Amino acid sequence: MRSVRMTSVAVLVLLSLAAAGCGKKQQPVLAPAPPPVAATPPGVAVPRPPAPPQRVEESLPIPQEPLPEDSIANRSLDDLNRNSPFQPVYFPLDSADLDDQGRMVASANAAILKRYPAWVLTLEGHCDERGTAEYNLALGERRAVAVKTYLVSLGIPQDRLRTVSYGKEFPFDPGHDEPAWSKNRRAHFVITAK
Amino acid sequence: MKKKLFARLGIGGCVVGAVAVAGLAQAPQQPAAPAPQQPSEIAVVISGDPGTPPRYAVPDFIALTPEAAEQAKTIGQVLFDDLNFEREFYMIPRDTYSSVPQARTADQIPFAAWRELGADAVVFGTVQKTGNMVKVEVRLYNVRSRQSVFAKEYSGTDGNLRLYAHTMSDEIHQQQRALRGVARTKLTFSSNRNREKLVGSVENRDVKEVYITDYDGAGQRRITTNRQLNITPVWAPDARSIAYTSYRRGYPDIFVALIYQGLQEEPTRGVGQNWLPMYSPDGTRICFTSNRDGNPELYIMNRDGSGVRRLTNHPAIDTTPTWSPTGTQVAFTSDRAGTPQIYVVGADGLNLRRLTTTESYADRPTWSPPPFNEIAYTGRSGPGYDVKVYDLASGQTHQVTFGEGSNESPAYSPNGRHLAFTSTRAGRVHIFTIGRDGRGAKQITREGDNYTPAWSN
Repeated sequence: MRSVRMTSVAVLVLLSLAAAGCGKKQQPVLAPAPPPVAATPPGVAVPRPPAPPQRVEESLPIPQEPLPEDSIANRSLDDLNRNSPFQPVYFPLDSADLDDQGRMVASANAAILKRYPAWVLTLEGHCDERGTAEYNLALGERRAVAVKTYLVSLGIPQDRLRTVSYGKEFPFDPGHDEPAWSKNRRAHFVITAK
Repeated sequence: MKKKLFARLGIGGCVVGAVAVAGLAQAPQQPAAPAPQQPSEIAVVISGDPGTPPRYAVPDFIALTPEAAEQAKTIGQVLFDDLNFEREFYMIPRDTYSSVPQARTADQIPFAAWRELGADAVVFGTVQKTGNMVKVEVRLYNVRSRQSVFAKEYSGTDGNLRLYAHTMSDEIHQQQRALRGVARTKLTFSSNRNREKLVGSVENRDVKEVYITDYDGAGQRRITTNRQLNITPVWAPDARSIAYTSYRRGYPDIFVALIYQGLQEEPTRGVGQNWLPMYSPDGTRICFTSNRDGNPELYIMNRDGSGVRRLTNHPAIDTTPTWSPTGTQVAFTSDRAGTPQIYVVGADGLNLRRLTTTESYADRPTWSPPPFNEIAYTGRSGPGYDVKVYDLASGQTHQVTFGEGSNESPAYSPNGRHLAFTSTRAGRVHIFTIGRDGRGAKQITREGDNYTPAWSN
């Protein structure tokens, strides 16, 4: 709901940009007032936005950020986690060590984290079903901590990174073969605050 | 209410004067501790033919009031199953009793017909129902001597009739075999059977809740209702509370559910992440895994969370504790040698030694109660796992399961003669019980996936 509105705001901004023409670039463009809350269909629950756009009363310069990034920053937490900008870090069997591929993925994720310094992440450690239920709780903890340690070494403040192990309790792929298992041995990145 | 009886012992042929005490038991919802033995009480043990177990017959109980018919049937069947479970007696199959005329009163018991069927012992019981109150009487007869060697009367509500049968079974095992039966014990486990989805995650995740069940799979009941991940439940030794790992705050922490009071305790609250609790045999302490010092280590605390001290200290994983019956040692899993293996350490943190040396992967040690001196564990074999037992005296290992599905998370019955475990042999993950000799596997759960059983006292 909210993201739809945000998109429409963005489109309006774009349109007004275009309407401003090519001539007077330096002139600040008025951001259009957001659609009033009352305009939403009745009976639909509207999540309370943390910073309501209604507060924009004066003319503001168009944000300099390129639009693709806007679309990330404007998405809701659930939306972000559903199509996460973070790739999971996968692990070999019975191991909590990051391999080259894992370090590459973690570095890319660190770069995103640096671009959005307000984001707080939970690193979930997951295991495949070939380990035992009990030991996997500790192994998943190891995997989450291994990724956290690596991210911290890349300069991410550790108070932005929480860890939790789910062992083999929440497989991403319920299959019982190597393609499924390799997907389930992972550190999974969940954005918990932005 | 004492009754003097004379019974002839089968083999010896000597006549022993015996007094069977027909205890007027309380409502068996809370079976009281057994009364201290009276010096005058001499139990009369029914023997079988030399070298064979005594042969028992348990026909349906007699309904003294018409509305008790169903109850009478249930009690007879449950008592049969309970007595069968310990394999101390040869239980004559119930479908062969049709040749024996049914007795309405104890005077009518057709001993000759039972003898022809090969019975050494026969149970005669009656059920009387008034409103929601029942009165159950049971006698155990020596078929040869035609004497009652065990007589009890129970009265209470009809809320849980199986408990009457369970109580009889435990008392018969105690009197006839000096054996502590497990018919009144329960299992606890975690299950995703209600298919509720985890709140607060965009992933498709099933919650797990803690359940309890009678040892035979009857009366399965949910204990937790928080719609989060609730796993690794264990019974306190008094069987009145369950400690378990819950993610209700978004991370694993230890909770204690006082199941008969509906109260909840949080002994580890606020310090790190904590999981896999295990009560000491006297119930005063809990050993558990925590990451509070940076990596998974074992800690021991008092039941209320006070007096925490660290038990292990190694950069590798130390987890999955189990106490020795005396409470002086803890066996656990560590991967300090590269793979998960079973170790033992004193409860003071001293005298660490490794137990398993031939396994590629071993976890969930569970220390047997006396008189056995062994540790059951999960060992990797082929693509899955099997339940194996390490004998502490000899250092020898024997297998309990043999590759039928993947078998994990063994837990001993309080008399040490049975193990509960999880297996994939029936498709999904289910709880089974099995004799410690690997015989008599019995499926306990039939819904959802079920994990980490623990057996109550």
